[in-house]
Amino acid sequence: MNKMKMQGVVAAVLLSTSAVAMAAEPDAAEGKKVYTTICQGCHMPDAKGAVGAGRYPALANNPKLAAKQYPMMMIVNGSRAMPSFARMLAPDEIAAAVNYVRTHFGNHYPDVLTTAEVKAVLPQKSDYERH
Amino acid sequence: MSDKASTGISRRELLMMIGAMAGSATSYNAMASMGLVEESRFNGPPKLDGDPKGASVLILGAGIAGMVAAMELRNAGYKVKVLEYNSRAGGRNWSIRGGDVYTELGGATQHCEFDKGLYINPGPWRLPYNHHGILDYARRLGVRVEPFQQLNFNAYVHSTQAFGGKPQRYREIQTDYLGHVSELLSKVTQQGKLNEMVSKEDEASLLDSLRRIGALDRRYRYVPGRESSNRRGFQKPPGGGLDARPIYSKDLTGLSEILKSGLWRSIGAGWSTEFQSTIFEPVGGMGKIGEAFGRELADLIEYERKVVKVHQNRKGVEVTYVDPKTDGNPRTVTADYCLCTIPLSVLSQIDLNINPKMQAAINAVPYAAAIKIGLQFKRRFWEQDEHIYGGISYTDLPIGSIGYPNTDYFQPGKGVLLGGYMFGPNAMKFTAMPPEERVKKAVEYGAQIHAQYPQEFDNGVAVGWHRVPWTLGCFGTWTDELRAQHYDDLCQIDHRFLVAGEHASYIPGWQEGAVTSAIDAITRLHHKVINA
Ligand SMILES: Cc1cc2nc3c(=O)[nH]c(=O)nc-3n(C[C@H](O)[C@H](O)[C@H](O)COP(=O)(O)OP(=O)(O)OC[C@H]3O[C@@H](n4cnc5c(N)ncnc54)[C@H](O)[C@@H]3O)c2cc1C
Repeated sequence: MNKMKMQGVVAAVLLSTSAVAMAAEPDAAEGKKVYTTICQGCHMPDAKGAVGAGRYPALANNPKLAAKQYPMMMIVNGSRAMPSFARMLAPDEIAAAVNYVRTHFGNHYPDVLTTAEVKAVLPQKSDYERH
Repeated sequence: MSDKASTGISRRELLMMIGAMAGSATSYNAMASMGLVEESRFNGPPKLDGDPKGASVLILGAGIAGMVAAMELRNAGYKVKVLEYNSRAGGRNWSIRGGDVYTELGGATQHCEFDKGLYINPGPWRLPYNHHGILDYARRLGVRVEPFQQLNFNAYVHSTQAFGGKPQRYREIQTDYLGHVSELLSKVTQQGKLNEMVSKEDEASLLDSLRRIGALDRRYRYVPGRESSNRRGFQKPPGGGLDARPIYSKDLTGLSEILKSGLWRSIGAGWSTEFQSTIFEPVGGMGKIGEAFGRELADLIEYERKVVKVHQNRKGVEVTYVDPKTDGNPRTVTADYCLCTIPLSVLSQIDLNINPKMQAAINAVPYAAAIKIGLQFKRRFWEQDEHIYGGISYTDLPIGSIGYPNTDYFQPGKGVLLGGYMFGPNAMKFTAMPPEERVKKAVEYGAQIHAQYPQEFDNGVAVGWHRVPWTLGCFGTWTDELRAQHYDDLCQIDHRFLVAGEHASYIPGWQEGAVTSAIDAITRLHHKVINA
């Protein structure tokens, strides 16, 4: 593909999604903030993960993100070594982070996770915490 | 206080009699009921009597747990081999010194530029006196220790929200707090308001104790004077000669101001048994213990072996490892048994054929975030300008605390501080930054406590534990619920496979947990082997 054509495609994509993008704008800023201040500690700034004695999975180009519930549950419950962020992040931050990774790093999933959907799966506070 | 029971024999003598009659478990319980139990269950090196008849054990990981197990099993006559991912021994027992190079996950590489002899302990840094196990191995390996100053009365407590952001000396805050509280309690006592709670007879002793503990004057008031100044310091301390007369300090902080400042929180920070004086650190860095183990076990440990698979069958265990640099060149080794000390964060990603309950336990434990930042300065200004010799200052800034070196006091030349030690959200945020930025931020924040920082800063290193390639986190964060559900399943022997390490203990985040877990694991394994 030549460069001109490439730019044309990008412009078309931008135009066709601009309404959605505008509505989601504050969300995207919030999502970026959560990603760059927390998630990238493990999943790395380019979301490609990393490999050592163990590994952190890549979020970039990750087909598992097709279902928005998957990353949501990962963040809410944690998985293996990954801690749960249910107490550390607010529901809107969790939603924003999910929406951010699902629309960046080579992922193009337009459906949006809402704060209400996150709230619905957050664990009840324990008696101890209510004191 | 007398240790003699009314029978005329001492408690210890009695315990020895009970112990001799009924074995050590009974003695332990008797001791517990008599309040003589120490915190660690370490009871000397394990006694692995009986002939293992040439049995072989493959140990995965050359951290403290793996090396304690390797040393004791070798001494008991086992054939032992240790496979380790890194090219050094120690695992989290680790010091970074000038000239060291460290590459974290994601590829960022730091070259430590500290002066000769200066170091930072990115992981463990203190050894409680009641962690008898790790201290005993340090002693047996010839590692010298020196006191670690947990509590320094002249270090700072700092809140950005109080005292105009000016750091306060711990001794002033502690003295003022205890003084005010003691005065209040004396007042209610004298007013007879404690009548129903304190007998007339005890009242006098209570008042006397409050006067002493609170540094009150003879009329039970917390006021400027000899008593308070002896604790919190003088405005002008006593000297010699003509100009010698002391001036008492007059700027006692009011109770309300102390309460609002929140600085009282740091008063009890060093009171738990793990921090009570005297606690220790190895001379020259915590890594000295791992290094000494590494020398002792030089012919048993194979480095740069990344274990990717552990499968057992009726006859033995097969372990597959690859070259950590390329993830290639897979090779398989076999043994009769496998003791695995790889952190659960990594182990949960390794191909295992074990019972589902144990696998579920391995998968269940998240790993905590932590970060430590070492900063080298051109001179030891905290000693020279502020008379802080070792210990820790606490702050509500993101850096959490500043730890001063507990060694080489009064030396000329450069010095290295622990410029930040964080857990939780702050640790995650700092881990998400590139290393240079972590260091830069630590210097910026620290300058709010020590104005000398910008002028004297030289260089630094920062280790965020979620980026450490061989642990993916600081330590396993068990909760009571997780333990109830999984802990026993984790610690079982599954045919020929079992685990040990910090994560298989009730002393998480301490090397003593790794030691006691390893000893328990090999003792049970040995029973199995002997009775096979
Ligand atoms: C920030 C911090 C502060 C701490 N402070 C203290 C303290 O002050 N005092 C104290 O006593 N304790 C402290 N601890 C806890 C202490 O460091 C640990 O409890 C202890 O060192 C754990 O020992 P271990 O043998 O269980 O694990 P590790 O030391 O982690 O050993 C595991 C070994 O397995 C290797 N490994 C991993 N994956 C593989 C693989 N796939 N193949 C082969 N090998 C592999 C690793 O490289 C490592 O060498 C601290 C820890 C941290 C992180």
